[in-house]
Amino acid sequence: MYIIVVGAGKVGWNLARELLDKGHEVTLIESDRRRYLTVEQELEHNVSYGDASELWVLERAGIQRADMVIAVTGDDEDNMLICQVAKEKYLVDQIIARVNNPRNRRHFDLLGIKPSVSATDLILRLLEHEVPEYGLVHLLDLQEEQLEIIEMLLGKDSGVTGRRVGDLHMPEGSLLISVLRAGKGFVPSADTVLEEGDEVLAVLDPGKEDDLKALFGPEGNGANGG
Amino acid sequence: MFVLIVGCGRVGSSVARAMLREGHNVSCLDEDPESHARLEVGLEKSWEDLGGQFTVGAGLETEALEAAGIEQADVFIASTDGDNTNIVIAQIAQRRYEVPTVVARVLDPLRAEWYQRQGLHTVCPTRVAIDMLESAVREAADRGGAADDAAATV
Repeated sequence: MYIIVVGAGKVGWNLARELLDKGHEVTLIESDRRRYLTVEQELEHNVSYGDASELWVLERAGIQRADMVIAVTGDDEDNMLICQVAKEKYLVDQIIARVNNPRNRRHFDLLGIKPSVSATDLILRLLEHEVPEYGLVHLLDLQEEQLEIIEMLLGKDSGVTGRRVGDLHMPEGSLLISVLRAGKGFVPSADTVLEEGDEVLAVLDPGKEDDLKALFGPEGNGANGG
Repeated sequence: MFVLIVGCGRVGSSVARAMLREGHNVSCLDEDPESHARLEVGLEKSWEDLGGQFTVGAGLETEALEAAGIEQADVFIASTDGDNTNIVIAQIAQRRYEVPTVVARVLDPLRAEWYQRQGLHTVCPTRVAIDMLESAVREAADRGGAADDAAATV
C-alpha cells in the first residue's frame, strides 16, 4: 500500500517507521524545517518537507495514487481538513485522523472524518477496563448502527445482585446479552438470578449508559421499579 | 440582521464596525481579550454602548459559539488568522447551526477555489492581490508596449 502520513511528531515518526518495516511505501510530510531535517536523517527520501494543508504539497507527495492518508499533526483543524481534502478531492479510499482534543471529536464526525483516534479517549477506555470499580466498560461503539456494547462487573453492593433478570426494569433501548460467571459465559433467561462477581454484557442505544449504571451500580435504584 | 464575526483582527473588526454602523446586530468572538480594544478604534462610545456584543473564546468551542449567539445568526463570517480554522468553523456554522449565510476568509487561493466549488462561500484576499498586481503589470506593459511600438516606427 502507498500511505501518506502527515505530521512527524512522535506518533507520525514511529508510525512511518513501523509501516516501512511492514513493507509499505510511505511518505511522511512535516512542515517544521528543523524537525524535518532530524527525521530525514533516518527516513531519508521517505520524508518530505512542506505544509500538507496546501494542495500542491499533497500532490507533490503523490496523493492521487495514495491508498491511505493518516493525519497525526498536533493541530485538530489541520488533521480534519487534510483528511477532508484527501477523501473528497483526491478520493483516497482510507483516511485516519488523530484527535488531539477529545472535545473536537464531534467536529470530525460532522465533517465525516472517520475513523478518528484520540489518545485521551483510548487511555480513558483502558482506565475503565483496568479499574473495574470505575463501573462500566465501553467495549464497542457501533457508530454506524447507533449501538454500544458495554460490560459491567456486579459488586456486592450492586442493586441487582440476587434478583431475577425477568424482574429487572431494564431501561428502554437496552438489552442484557450475556453473563460471565466463574469463567463461563451464558445467555441469561428471565429466570437467571444475578450474583455478585457476575460480568454482564449489555447492548444499548447511545446515551443509555447512565440509566443502566443507575440500575446496576451500587446506588442501584432497580428496586424502586415497583 | 444578526451578524456573527469570528476572528476580530484588522479585517474582522473593520467589518464589525461597518455593519454596526449600518444598523445590524453584531457579535464578535475572539480568543484574545485585547482584540476588544481594536473594535473600539475610532468609536466615540464603547462597543457595548453602541449595541455590539463581544465574547472571548475559540471558534472551535461550541459553547463559545453559542454564547456569541450562533443559533440566532443570519450571517456568519470566519475571519481568524488561520485558514484551517476558518474553513472548519465555517462548515460547523453551515452544517451544525444551519446559518443561512456563511463566509470564510481563506488566504490559500487553491483551497479557497476548491471549497468554493464545494458550496462554501470563500473570500480570498490573496487572489484579489494577485489579480490586482497582474493587471497593474499588464497596464504598464500596454503603455510601455505602445511606447516601444512608437519607438520602433521612428
